[in-house]
Amino acid sequence: MTSPDLTPNRERPTIVHVSDVSKRFVIRKDNSLKERLVTFGRAGRRHREEFWALRDVSIDLRAGTTIGLIGHNGSGKSTLLKVIGGIIDPTSGSVARRGRIAALLELGAGFHPDLTGRENVFLNASILGLSQEETTERFDEILRFSGIGDFIDTQVKFYSSGMYVRLAFAVAVHTDPDLLLVDEVLAVGDEAFQRKCLDKIRQFQTEGRTIVLVTHNLNQVTELCDRAVLLDHGRVVHDGATTTAVERFRDLLEEARVAEEAESDAEPAPTGSVVETVVHAVGREPGDPVAPGDDLRIAVTMEHPTGLDDWVCAIQVATPLGPAIWGTTSARLTDDLGTLRGERTVEFIVKDSPFAGGRYFIHASLMTTAGVHLFDVAQAASFTVPYDERLTGVVHAETEFSGDVER
Amino acid sequence: MSAQERYARLAREPMVEVAGNATPARSLREILHRRDLLALLVRRDLKARYKDSALGVVWTLVRPLTQLLIYYIVIGKFLGAERGIPEFAIYVFTGLTAYGLFSEIVSGGTSSIVSNSGLVKKVYLPREIFPLASVGSALFNFGIQLIILTAATIVLGSPPLTVDLVYFIPAALLLVCFGTALGLLLAATNVYLRDLQYLVEVLLMISLWASPIVYSWGMVRDFLGAGVALDVYTSNPVTLAVLGFQKAFWLAGAEVGAPYPDDLMLRLWITVGVSVVLIVVFQRVFARLQGNFAQEL
Ligand SMILES: Nc1ncnc2c1ncn2[C@@H]1O[C@H](COP(=O)(O)OP(=O)(O)OP(=O)(O)O)[C@@H](O)[C@H]1O
Ligand SMILES: [Mg+2]
Repeated sequence: MTSPDLTPNRERPTIVHVSDVSKRFVIRKDNSLKERLVTFGRAGRRHREEFWALRDVSIDLRAGTTIGLIGHNGSGKSTLLKVIGGIIDPTSGSVARRGRIAALLELGAGFHPDLTGRENVFLNASILGLSQEETTERFDEILRFSGIGDFIDTQVKFYSSGMYVRLAFAVAVHTDPDLLLVDEVLAVGDEAFQRKCLDKIRQFQTEGRTIVLVTHNLNQVTELCDRAVLLDHGRVVHDGATTTAVERFRDLLEEARVAEEAESDAEPAPTGSVVETVVHAVGREPGDPVAPGDDLRIAVTMEHPTGLDDWVCAIQVATPLGPAIWGTTSARLTDDLGTLRGERTVEFIVKDSPFAGGRYFIHASLMTTAGVHLFDVAQAASFTVPYDERLTGVVHAETEFSGDVER
Repeated sequence: MSAQERYARLAREPMVEVAGNATPARSLREILHRRDLLALLVRRDLKARYKDSALGVVWTLVRPLTQLLIYYIVIGKFLGAERGIPEFAIYVFTGLTAYGLFSEIVSGGTSSIVSNSGLVKKVYLPREIFPLASVGSALFNFGIQLIILTAATIVLGSPPLTVDLVYFIPAALLLVCFGTALGLLLAATNVYLRDLQYLVEVLLMISLWASPIVYSWGMVRDFLGAGVALDVYTSNPVTLAVLGFQKAFWLAGAEVGAPYPDDLMLRLWITVGVSVVLIVVFQRVFARLQGNFAQEL
């Protein structure tokens, strides 16, 4: 999705230029004078570990774009944001930037716990570059946006983490920033506040402000951002379209999971597997379009080499963006299936399929009755329903227009 | 402002390198640019300190006044230091006021970065602003003590209205400059070596006794005799400043002809100059170290 502002990219000025930035952390295990003296010199070197959190990162941010920054835990997202914000210096490389900046980094924006919310608003706004008068002028608006009401005159150490972020976000968006850095802070707000924040971000997009958003909510990335940067162990592995970035990120996570499993047991207990998944309309071939109202047949073939007693086959239907819109399991539909030994195929019939136009994926899983996933295949099979010009959404419901009704 | 206007404005602004390690001139410029914020930080420091206390600002005075009482009774009366030093209470309080300014700047400065870690980790600011804010709040407390000191001299009938009052200027300047220099250095190193602040406490306690606050410079001279040892003792910036303060506020000393080192005024100004150089040098150290503050906290 693009922001409503349609200025072509090359006419937008660069607002941040990150060139060849690398960041090395030295992790020391001695932090006191005594330890430092005891471990002085050669021994001291054993007490330090080097770690590259960012490696040769180069990105160019144009004004008015919204950039999603994604990657696994510890991939360097927060570090990159701090380097852009000037809060930590890169080990090598440089960052150049212009315009007014506001940053909301990992929970909170530098409040002083002993001061009240009101005092902190003034302090924080001043740090972000607002004068006393400007803050006074905008104070009511900030208070209204934060929605924390009378708590404004309470010391912030008594705030809940959501209230803290509400206030911090309210201040940051009212300082008229050209560049807003947001690191995962929205997640702690309740739903109403999250919606408010997203609305604010959309408004910011129309005003040509630049936003860098770090989040683990991938749907938010595809919905909100123009562009996504995927970090993997400190390196940029993708910079471009959000959907591609999200797909590659899911692949990376899956690879990591597989690698981890391979590492954890050299000789894994046999877990069984999903061999094949087939989906088609009854009476037609797999791959043929499925029309609303068809009966849909989903057949899942599973196998287990040594025998598994308490097994369940679970299936879901999902849209390409990820969320599952329908699901069931064998345990919900029938009783004991006996032991799974060798290959076995279970079959589900979805009567009178209600799916509207679009492409759908089947996720299939072999699980135990306790709900442990033994084997998952995401997007194991797919089917397509032709679009119906008259309707949108994922559910097909027969609809007619019944004319004007005079009242 | 429309998106187009914003782009046009941004395109006119130059790209600025985001970099720590600023020269003293650049960081001074940045701080002057943000003096609003500095004032706010000082106020916050003071407010946060007395927020939860019923007596508020009175607590600033409890410590020096208690010290005064103890020294006056124990050292003045019991140990008889009072006999050689007329108006002993004024004498001690003068010294304590000077020393208090120095020690508060240094100890506040030392912990300033660590205790502001919430800000240091979240926002970019010229980090020198934190030790400077400690200087500001120390000056506030110093101001209150100075008022009490002046009031006391007036009540006791010897208001400090002599030409010697000019000694106050270089002496106070010296304490601020020297304290600021040390504050900058210690603030930065304390981030990496956390127990430095305990060491600083101890050194400050020693420096209280290493300056003529509860005893007189004359006693030291009689003990050491004129020579290198006395010179070393006197060259301590805190000692010089304390002597300057006594010259300005402790008029009883002039009446009885209490001894002072030669050329006190000149020595004060020279040490002020040296302290300014130290500020520049230690700011360089600070700027070098500050790039890693956020990650070490
Ligand atoms: N101050 C520090 N000292 C040492 N290592 C650090 C420091 N800050 C971060 N790191 C390391 O750098 C790496 C990147 O951290 P970073 O916080 O940028 O990850 P992230 O992508 O934001 O992860 P998450 O999704 O969990 O927020 C991590 O391995 C972390 O341990
Ligand atoms: Mg992070």
